[in-house]
Amino acid sequence: MGAMSLAELEPVAHPLVPATYRVVARRVETDDITTLSIEPTSGSDPPFRPGQFNMLTAFGVGEVAISISSAPDTPGPMEHTIRDVGAVTHALCRVQVGSILGVRGPFGTDWGVDELDDADVVVVAGGIGLAPLRGAISYLVDKPGRRGRVYVLAGARSPDQVTFAEDLERWRRDGADVELTVDVAPPEWRGPVGVVTGLLPAASFDPPRTVALVCGPEIMMRFTIRSLVDLGVRPGSIRVSLERNMQCGVGWCGHCQLGPLLLCRDGPVIAYSEPLARLMSVREL
Amino acid sequence: MTETIGELVAEHPLFSGLPADVAELVGGCSKNVAIAAGQLVLEEGEPARTLYLLRRGHVALEVHQPGRAPLVVERIGPGQAVGWSWMFPPYRWHFDVRALEPIGAIAVDAECLRTKADADPAFGYLLLQRLCAVMLDRLQATRLRLLDVYGRDVAR
Repeated sequence: MGAMSLAELEPVAHPLVPATYRVVARRVETDDITTLSIEPTSGSDPPFRPGQFNMLTAFGVGEVAISISSAPDTPGPMEHTIRDVGAVTHALCRVQVGSILGVRGPFGTDWGVDELDDADVVVVAGGIGLAPLRGAISYLVDKPGRRGRVYVLAGARSPDQVTFAEDLERWRRDGADVELTVDVAPPEWRGPVGVVTGLLPAASFDPPRTVALVCGPEIMMRFTIRSLVDLGVRPGSIRVSLERNMQCGVGWCGHCQLGPLLLCRDGPVIAYSEPLARLMSVREL
Repeated sequence: MTETIGELVAEHPLFSGLPADVAELVGGCSKNVAIAAGQLVLEEGEPARTLYLLRRGHVALEVHQPGRAPLVVERIGPGQAVGWSWMFPPYRWHFDVRALEPIGAIAVDAECLRTKADADPAFGYLLLQRLCAVMLDRLQATRLRLLDVYGRDVAR
């Protein structure tokens, strides 16, 4: 075997070194939520699974963990849906098409939707919590031969704060039971008004054979889990997406620790369990 | 076969599982009503005289505001009940309720119900248990909404 010159070596991606991506499209979802479509400046996207996240860098501002909001098998660029809540997300929400971002990832666990062919799946999403679930829902709705039903129950603050309205309509058209509720509405709104947990009793899923995927503000997830368990869904069949202060993305730095878990590595998607219930009830961390 | 009003009451989730004589007591205060879409079912400030057990169609709980469109704060549908203000003085509605579509409901006369509950405390207790369970659910849901969990401060 002959020796290779340095020029012949393929560069090895280091998990802490961002790759450069170009913003190829930008869609404003609501007054503070924007979806960016990005493509690598060289090579192709690494494979990812629904529920995983990337660390996005706005150069000169900082880095932040953002879930991938597109589906792996969908043609076209990878998408991230970002809410403007701080300096980095503010910068990301304002980047223009053609701008260059840094991307590390994908990191973390996924929703495991490829194991759910026979189960009824109830997806409960609050606000921007629909973004990390979008790829999972598309997978479940589009997969030929799936036997279980798909229920999508989404909550938003008001009709003008609804994200992915076109996707909700498409999933409904393609066979999913989709309900959208808002906290408050103008009189022309004909859909449900109230908290997202209020949609659960009317959804006709079979609790013992149902898997629930839940993502949203943590308070909403706590109440949703309680309602699901009260309806008869097995706690181990509930999967939640948790977020803490993700920084390295690979379980080295410890910033995202939740008890024994490092959420960037052991999460963000975690099966609900008694230990997790205790951790989600911790008042101060 | 035509069902009696007592049987219809017994089938409604608010009263399901109660002894038949209890449902008959409620049925004795009840009648079937049909309400056209768009009609105001309850009007804020007006005397509260009826408990509605919805069987078909949805209604919107609205708060009106001068010079602007009303805000819908809750949508209530089949299997649910609407109207609590008849339980306590001053027996006046606190919100508007509008039919979003043609409504089929059991309208229970509130004064009749209160009279029977006063005369038969065991019946009154059963009635309160059922009504309070629903009121508790609505209260908890309202508290959750008060938190504005999708708002900027608490959103992920």
